[in-house]
Amino acid sequence: MANTTAGGSDFTANLGRVYGIYTGGFIAFIILMAILSGLGVPNRVIGYLFVAFTITIYAVIGILSRTMQVGEYYVAGRRVPAIYNGMATGADWMSGASFVGMAGTLYVLGYDGLAFVLGWTGGYVLVAILVAPYLRKFGAYTVPDFLSARYGGNLARFIGVVVLFSCSFTYVVAQIYATGIISARFLGLDFNVAVYVGLAGILVCSMLGGMRAVTWTQVAQYIVLIIAYLIPAIWMSTVKTGIPIPQLMQGMALENITALETAQGIAVHHVTPFVHGGYNALNYFLLILCLMVGTASLPHVLMRYFTTPSVREARVSVAWSLLFIFLLYFTAPAYAAFAKWTMLDLVASGLTPDNIAEKASWMMRWAAADNTLVQICGKAALDAASIAAACAEQGVTNIGFANINLNADMIVLATPEMAGMPYVISGLVAAGGLAAALSTADGLLLAIANALSHDIYYKMLDQHAPTARRLVVSRILLVVVAICAAYVASTKPGDILAMVSWAFSLAAAGLFPALVLGVWWKRANSTGAVLGMIAGFGLCLYYLLGTRYGAVSFVETWGWLSTATAEQMTKFAELKAAFAAAAPEAQEAAWTALDKHAQTIASWWGVKNLSAAAFGLPVGFVVMYVASRLTKEPSLELQEFIEEIRVPRGKTVMEEKTA
Amino acid sequence: MATPDRVSYWNKTRSLMFVMLALWVFFGYVVHMFVGALDNIVILGFPFGYYMAAQGSLIAFVIMLFWFARKQNAIDEEHGVAEE
Repeated sequence: MANTTAGGSDFTANLGRVYGIYTGGFIAFIILMAILSGLGVPNRVIGYLFVAFTITIYAVIGILSRTMQVGEYYVAGRRVPAIYNGMATGADWMSGASFVGMAGTLYVLGYDGLAFVLGWTGGYVLVAILVAPYLRKFGAYTVPDFLSARYGGNLARFIGVVVLFSCSFTYVVAQIYATGIISARFLGLDFNVAVYVGLAGILVCSMLGGMRAVTWTQVAQYIVLIIAYLIPAIWMSTVKTGIPIPQLMQGMALENITALETAQGIAVHHVTPFVHGGYNALNYFLLILCLMVGTASLPHVLMRYFTTPSVREARVSVAWSLLFIFLLYFTAPAYAAFAKWTMLDLVASGLTPDNIAEKASWMMRWAAADNTLVQICGKAALDAASIAAACAEQGVTNIGFANINLNADMIVLATPEMAGMPYVISGLVAAGGLAAALSTADGLLLAIANALSHDIYYKMLDQHAPTARRLVVSRILLVVVAICAAYVASTKPGDILAMVSWAFSLAAAGLFPALVLGVWWKRANSTGAVLGMIAGFGLCLYYLLGTRYGAVSFVETWGWLSTATAEQMTKFAELKAAFAAAAPEAQEAAWTALDKHAQTIASWWGVKNLSAAAFGLPVGFVVMYVASRLTKEPSLELQEFIEEIRVPRGKTVMEEKTA
Repeated sequence: MATPDRVSYWNKTRSLMFVMLALWVFFGYVVHMFVGALDNIVILGFPFGYYMAAQGSLIAFVIMLFWFARKQNAIDEEHGVAEE
């Protein structure tokens, strides 16, 4: 592929064949693994082979796609066909958390979890109609590039970089964390080692070839992850109903779930809306809004549409992206329903502490790996004896569905064992989860490194930097950011999953108004954009941090806006008095109790902090509108510029110096 | 370059955008507000309100985007601003 620098069209013309062979090869590999497993090769070895085989392929693609051209490095030479860009976006988009956690969330939250499914798909409508085609026409290398050109100056660019960095960095940490967890579980590596192994897998894909390498590995990763997601779901559907279409047979699963829930006296049904996990209708719809708008503002997604050959292809490419994402997201609810049905059946068959070791030994294996993953009767389900002890304590003789507490993040990874599938499927699922996490991490790292090298270094610090040096700087930054992220991941930060959801709110509040009004409202000017971004992002950040890390003072300041009951407020006052009266050695415990309670009531009108953009977004729009109105309208030149990005014909507005 | 043709091009583009936005609001939010009533209809085991959130709206989004790409391209060509 080294010759593609000169004759790229050969490669693009053969894409169908190349990826066709690759897909066939991967399926042949799965069959080979099944045969080896049947011949008695140990599970550990099968797990290693799965991970090693897939990562080797990504690495080979990454190395073959190495490049020293700026256009190739930043936007893959702008010749990625719509459908392949769609697949790459799918992999870029679906993170380790989507793959590993989505079905688990749906398992736990039932109908209310569907907010994630809706939010993470519907956002692409906004991407297509409001933002992506216009950014493609503009011809930027990064999102802050557009902000700078549209809002004349480096201030808007700098704020754009700050927002980009804050929403992408925590996100990339979570991806590396996920690769660490998966490698640790399936390869038996120590978590700290596994994190750096994951890091190597990420770097080898992105460092040498930038966007070009990331694009072609992401396509390969999409194929692995979608196969790995569909097979267990199809398997369960076939075993349970005889028909291998899980999405369709989900209806039957839902009927059985409801019947079993009723029989077991579970009052809160899987399909009942607005009753799970504190999602009332308000929070449900606000979460959908924040996720959708966040999707349309996340830089690592938007920059994928810079790589298509034309504006027309960019639009079609958004449609393909959504189709490929849809394949996974409309399977996830079915996956969750079949897993829940399987569990309810297991419980209905009469589960007691005496027979659990025989009926569901997988629970004990997972509990042994991490004792927060499976809890029965409130204690880690380490072995039959400890389950018996915990249940005896609570007076439980027959273990009910409500007594079993499964962590949402393990559902997908454990489903193959739960449903009694052979180990090959577990290995496949691990490879899929790894593909999902690696591909997203690559996209995010590139977005961060590009913003730092292109926007900060080249555009703001040294405008005369020669191409070669720019690319070297970019690679060094990529490695530095990656190592920082791996280091943070290795400390196992507790809030990491919550922070991922924050990325959407931060991107939505910080970038969406400036991007959309920049295209659709000529009157929007520099002052308006800068103030709007600061106000929206600032408010969003305040709400996120305030309700999470400063809950006590948040309640003190904003208690009158909280939806807490009088009872909860009284409890707050009592805990606060207890803290004030506590002896020095008891103070810490008293504070923890106070803070924990404060976090449950710290809010404005009961809005969960997951949906913080519910405030930041409208404020961002209003501030931007008012400030633009109060100050001078943009120059005629700039208005011409906006006219220019609104029509597809003609060259990109911004032509980069490439040599 | 605000020629009359450009103005009419942009007006059509904007109308299409608002149509898409309205459909987006409908499938993203409005249908799900009636989930309680829709759940009384059961098709193949799916309560219909649940079905819309799990699959129906998603299918609508995908179809909408392919339709949009075609429609917008037709507008481009009609006004002679499509890419060569």
